[in-house]
This record gives sequence, structure tokens and C-alpha cells, in this order.
Amino acid sequence: MIATSISPATSTSAVRLQDVTKAFGTGESKTLALNDVTMVLPYGELVLLVGPSGCGKTTLISLVAGLLDATSGTVEVLGRNLSTMSGTRKVNFRGVNIGFVFQQYNLLPALNAVENACVPLLIAGWNRSEAIDKAAALLTKVGLGNRLKSYPNQLSGGQQQRVAIARALVHEPKLLVCDEPTAALDAASGRTVMGLIRETALQNDRAVIVVTHDSRVYDFGDRIVEMSDGRIDRVVVPALGDKLSEIHS
Amino acid sequence: MNWVALRMLTGDKTKYFGIVFGVAFASLLMGQQMAIFCGLMRNTTSQIRDIAGGDLWVMDDNVQFVDDVKPMSEGKLQVVRGIEGVEWAVRLYKGIGRARLSDGNFQQMILIGLDDAYLVGAPPPERMLYGKIEDLRQPDAVMIDEFGWRYLFRDEPFVPGKTLEMNDKRAVIVAMCYCRPTFQTFPILYSTYSQAVKFLPQERKTLTFILAKAKPGVEHEGLCRKIEAETRLRAKTNDQFFWMTIDYYAERTGIPINFGITVMLGFIVGCAIAGQTFYLFTIENIKQFGALKAMGVSNFRLIRMILLQALVVGLLGYGIGMGGAALFGYTFAKFVKSTPPAFYFGWQIPVITFVAVFAIVMFSALLSMRRVLFLEAGVVFR
Repeated sequence: MIATSISPATSTSAVRLQDVTKAFGTGESKTLALNDVTMVLPYGELVLLVGPSGCGKTTLISLVAGLLDATSGTVEVLGRNLSTMSGTRKVNFRGVNIGFVFQQYNLLPALNAVENACVPLLIAGWNRSEAIDKAAALLTKVGLGNRLKSYPNQLSGGQQQRVAIARALVHEPKLLVCDEPTAALDAASGRTVMGLIRETALQNDRAVIVVTHDSRVYDFGDRIVEMSDGRIDRVVVPALGDKLSEIHS
Repeated sequence: MNWVALRMLTGDKTKYFGIVFGVAFASLLMGQQMAIFCGLMRNTTSQIRDIAGGDLWVMDDNVQFVDDVKPMSEGKLQVVRGIEGVEWAVRLYKGIGRARLSDGNFQQMILIGLDDAYLVGAPPPERMLYGKIEDLRQPDAVMIDEFGWRYLFRDEPFVPGKTLEMNDKRAVIVAMCYCRPTFQTFPILYSTYSQAVKFLPQERKTLTFILAKAKPGVEHEGLCRKIEAETRLRAKTNDQFFWMTIDYYAERTGIPINFGITVMLGFIVGCAIAGQTFYLFTIENIKQFGALKAMGVSNFRLIRMILLQALVVGLLGYGIGMGGAALFGYTFAKFVKSTPPAFYFGWQIPVITFVAVFAIVMFSALLSMRRVLFLEAGVVFR
């Protein structure tokens, strides 16, 4: 395993996008999913990416997570330029530095809660029993101490998402990427999950980027980036007095 | 991650058992059919293996297999005896006789007439079940094989003295021996050569085979060539005659094709069941594979995981299938006493089946791998 963990001291921002364009297809079928996007995500912040379907939110987090390559521009994550990184190094980089929370949880149905939560540690080469111990501690922290042995089909949506959060954080990544983490949840569960993400993931040397349509959780963001048609329309920073109501729902 | 791969595999019990069953079924079908095929093919050569003692078989030049009897003139025996390198040569009669049973019915028999003086080609003592080979020297004496006795007299215990009628001559069963099952399944009767010819309709020539022994140090195949050159007869070593007979049945009967079709069907059905189930299993877990990719599992590692899953179901299915095929053969031989078993489970069968099962699981794994390898990790965000 190549050590690609980045100290925040070497970089001022967790994510920096500079003039990033991403196109799909060629010729007449060419579609610009991202058009000249420039954005900075500082350490210690939770950024919400909002906007209508098809505006480029998912493409943007895919680029940030190294799952897609930009057509042009620079994608710098934790001080590393992903555009110049080889595929193998990118896979290793993701495994060490990035945690994922998916809309549909994507838990392995054959593994119970604690086994699911320890998967990133197994990927990193940990001994299984040690990985399970660490995952159990984190699951207890997110309120699932009594459901460690439960399988995904025995858990509610909110509980599954909490397992997914534990899985995303168990290897202590510097960047947490969440895709619609509250979309499949009711309002109360959604707020619980967002609160959990903020509480457990957000530290001074970490950053969180959340794609969401859910206006009920906008108040959890330190910065809200509104997108449309592959561009960033505006950035709302509530701490600076910006009103959440300025964001189009 | 091997542990995760195995848990993913066994997590859905229905699919897991479905894949294992598919491989096991294919393995069973292929193994069992090949064993029966080999058993049948070996049965065609039973008498070549049973009639031991000589190194070479000498026969008419037109003989194509062991049951293809074309008598030679008696003088040929002396010619063969006179060839340099031949230690000794004896006559052997092998043919089909017709026996009239005590109930008036007729039954065809394989009649083997052994050289009167030395009884060369008789079963070894350990295969004698009742009586002694020397009992054949009694007047009208014949020895019957175990399957033949059961075929004719069912569950009746062996008692020496039972009589048959062959060519209006009385034949007294004085002994019983074990013989390998034959392809023709007729009862086998051993007698002396002079006795055997009495059981046949009058023929000018009765010498069907000559069994010859090579002198020490004489190369058998070379001696065969020499006999063929000097006598215009056909001479074969035991091994050559064995394969000559196998080749005849393989080429001139539909047995290999028919069994080959069944074996191929087993292979195709195995590929279809295991391949499809394994592929569906992968497709249903495609988002989970995508999530693993996103979380930092490399393609190489995913390949290892899928290969491990394929190997596990392959080995399990193979073991169950081979066990089932072996159990079939064992049960058949143990409980079906009236029919000679045509089941040969040589080491080649497990090896060939293993290769076929390996191909099936690799085919299944490749289908799945192709899907996973070309999977964009970004699929997890859709």
C-alpha cells in the first residue's frame, strides 16, 4: 500500500478545483457536465453541493473522489493533483484518504453491521479482529452499539446510513464525500444523519463535501455551493450572514 | 478481502447453492458418463486382459478386434512356433457357441478353448471361485464365469454338475471363475481346446488365435513385426490388441459420439447454470463491487476475489459431483448383481472432469470479471 495520506499543513485547502471542465461524449453528442468550475474547500468545513438534477453535482464529486478524470483544468485534493496521478495511485489514494457515504448505502448484504463498517480497514490490510474492534467502537459512537451483528436487511434506512457513515470514517480519511446521504430518509432521520456526519467527520484536519437536494439540512453546511448547468452559480456562507433562503430550492 | 469475497459468495444461500449445484451436476454428469463410456470400452477388451499368459496374440490378417473371429489353418501354429524369438506358442479357440438349457431355451455363450496341455490363458487361481482349473480335463467339462452363472441360474448357489447341451454334446459345469464383464454380456464358458471344437458345428478351420510367448530379451513389438512378415498373419502384443479393439469400437460404433454428446451436454449445462447464476450474482452485487472500487479496491484485487469465489464453488461442485459419480459406480457394482458393471473410474476421469469444471468456473468468472473490471466506480453515485 502506497502511503498517500496528506498532512493538512502542506496545503491550505482540502479540495481545490481550477478551471475544471468535464465533457462526456464527442462531436454532436458531446455534453459539458462541468464548465470551467473553480472552487475551494477549506479544511474543517462541511460544504453542501446543491442544485437541480443534471447540474453537475455528481460529476463534481466524482472528480474530487478520483472516480472520473477532468477533461481540462486542475483537480487538487489534499494537496495532490489528481489529474497527474496514475490509476493505481489514485485507487490507493482513495483507499487511504477518502471516505464515501452513498445515497443507497451500498452495504454488503452478506456482512453484518460491524463487518460492513470494517471493510475499509480490511482493504488497508488490517487484521480482521482488530478491524472489527475498531469498527464496533465507531458503530457504538454512532448509536448502533446494540446492532453490531444485525444485517443490512434487519436495519432501518437511518440505521443503514449510520453504518455507512461508520464505514466511511473508520479508516479516518481526510476527506468525506457524501452523495445524497439523506435522500432515502425521513426528515428526523435525515437531520440525525447530517448531525452525525458533522459531529464525527468534521475536524480541523478534515473536510466534508455533501451533495444534497434536501433543503431541510442546508443549515448543517458551513458553505453551500449552488450549481446549475455545470457551473457554480453562487456560494452561500451562513457564517458571513448569507441567508439560506437565497438558495433556490 | 478474501474473507469478504467468501462472505459475499455464501451470503445469498440460494444463489450459492445454485452455483454449486450447477457445477456439481455438470461434474457428476461428465464423470459418470465418462466412467460408463470407459467401462464399456474396457469391457470390449475384457478377454484380452483375462486371457493372460502369452505375450503376443497371433490371428488372421483380417481380424479387427477381439470378437472378430476368423479361423486359421492348424498349420499356422507350427509356423509361428518355428519363428526365431518365439519361446512357445499355443492354440486358443474363442467364439460364440449356442447352448441349450435344461428348460429348453437356447442361450449364446462365449466359448474359450484353452490349449489342452498347458491350459494357457486360464484364469489365475485367485479368480477361481469354485473348483480348480485342472477340472477342465474331466470329460465334457466346462467352467463358467460368475456373471454367466447368475445370468443363467439367477440366485441359485453354484453346484458342480449342472449340464448344458451344446451342438448336441453334453457340457458339465465343473467350476466357476471370476471374469471381467464383457461387452457382449454373454456367459463365458472355458474348456479345453479339443473339447471346445466338439461344441461347435463342424468347421474345417477352428484355430482362432495363437498365444505366443517371446524368448527372454526379445522385444515384443519387433517379434510381432517378424511374425507378420513371415506368416502373413496379424500379430499384436497384449497392449496393441487392447487398443486395436478399443479403436475398432470407437470408430465403428456410435458409442463415443453418444457418450461424447452427453458429456458435452453436461459441460454446456454446467457452463449455463454456473455461468448464468454466477453472472447474475455479480450483476446483483454490481453496486457493492462499485462501492468496493470507490473505497480503494484495485481491479487486481477484485479479480482475485472473483477467482477465489469461482474456485470455491468449482472445488465444492467438483467434489460433490465426483463423489456422486463414484457413489453411483459403487452402488451399481454392489447392489446390481445380475448385470456386469460397465463403470471404470480411472484416474484420468477425475483429472479430465477437473479440467472441464475448471473451464466452467473460469468461464463463469470471466463473464463476471469482464463486468466488474469495466465497471466505473462512479456507478455508486447513480
